[in-house]
Amino acid sequence: MTQFVTKEKTKGSDEIKSSNEQIKKVSLIISKGSLDGVYPGLIMGNGARMEGIEATLFFTFFGLEAIIDDKMDNLKVPTVGNPAMHIPTMLGGLPGMSSFATKKMKDEMEKLDIPPVREFIEMIHDTGAEIYACKATVDMFHLDESDFCEQVDGIITVGEFYEKSAGSEIIFT
Amino acid sequence: MTSETKQEKTVLLDQDGHLANREDWSEELAQELANMEDVGELTDRHWLVIKYIQKEFDENGDAPSIRKLTKESGVSTKELYQLFPKGPAKKAAKIAGLPKPKGCI
Repeated sequence: MTQFVTKEKTKGSDEIKSSNEQIKKVSLIISKGSLDGVYPGLIMGNGARMEGIEATLFFTFFGLEAIIDDKMDNLKVPTVGNPAMHIPTMLGGLPGMSSFATKKMKDEMEKLDIPPVREFIEMIHDTGAEIYACKATVDMFHLDESDFCEQVDGIITVGEFYEKSAGSEIIFT
Repeated sequence: MTSETKQEKTVLLDQDGHLANREDWSEELAQELANMEDVGELTDRHWLVIKYIQKEFDENGDAPSIRKLTKESGVSTKELYQLFPKGPAKKAAKIAGLPKPKGCI
């Protein structure tokens, strides 16, 4: 029989563990359709599942682009209106700038083993997370179920989203 | 408690509950760690994952990402979550006697 002894804890980790309040469930709202708008939600959703936390992903407004079958492979990084890109607005608006920035970002992500959007959605779905599209947006953009990738579990209303999120931490991205 | 023929051994864990010293690791200990994590009896599929992440750790100093793991070990994401329910990356690393993985993916 083996006896396990835990090393003396550092102060910080002790505080975290003694709070005894672990997150059990998260609901992530993904509302933006740019590449950099979509990834934080995907990474957090996947990360939640890796920690054994239940995860539900709700795509709304332009966030839907990440689960629309013929759009999800072509999301882009915008090069205008984002001071953190450090590209002057007039230059950022030149043809090809966005594609260039997108390529650079995709290359960097590949190095970190972050999958492309479609593969990431498949992976997240395989971890047991649920993926939903927002009904109001689907109606507004005149879409239907056939427009989405197969991992989408359904088109739901805001009310249904809240029902499914009972007991969840809701995170808006 | 039944009488143990084996001598009682004390194993030190780090603050995340993973083995503090990898030298303590053995296949028998892996099974004990698996029991602790509610993973149950380790099957050939579990061992495939465990051996793969140990190899990866020795080569790169960290456990592989789930993506790399599924691509190279041939165990799908779905299966991985069945083998190590509730957090495959962390649990598999713990059972393999490795520290908590540092990656986010």
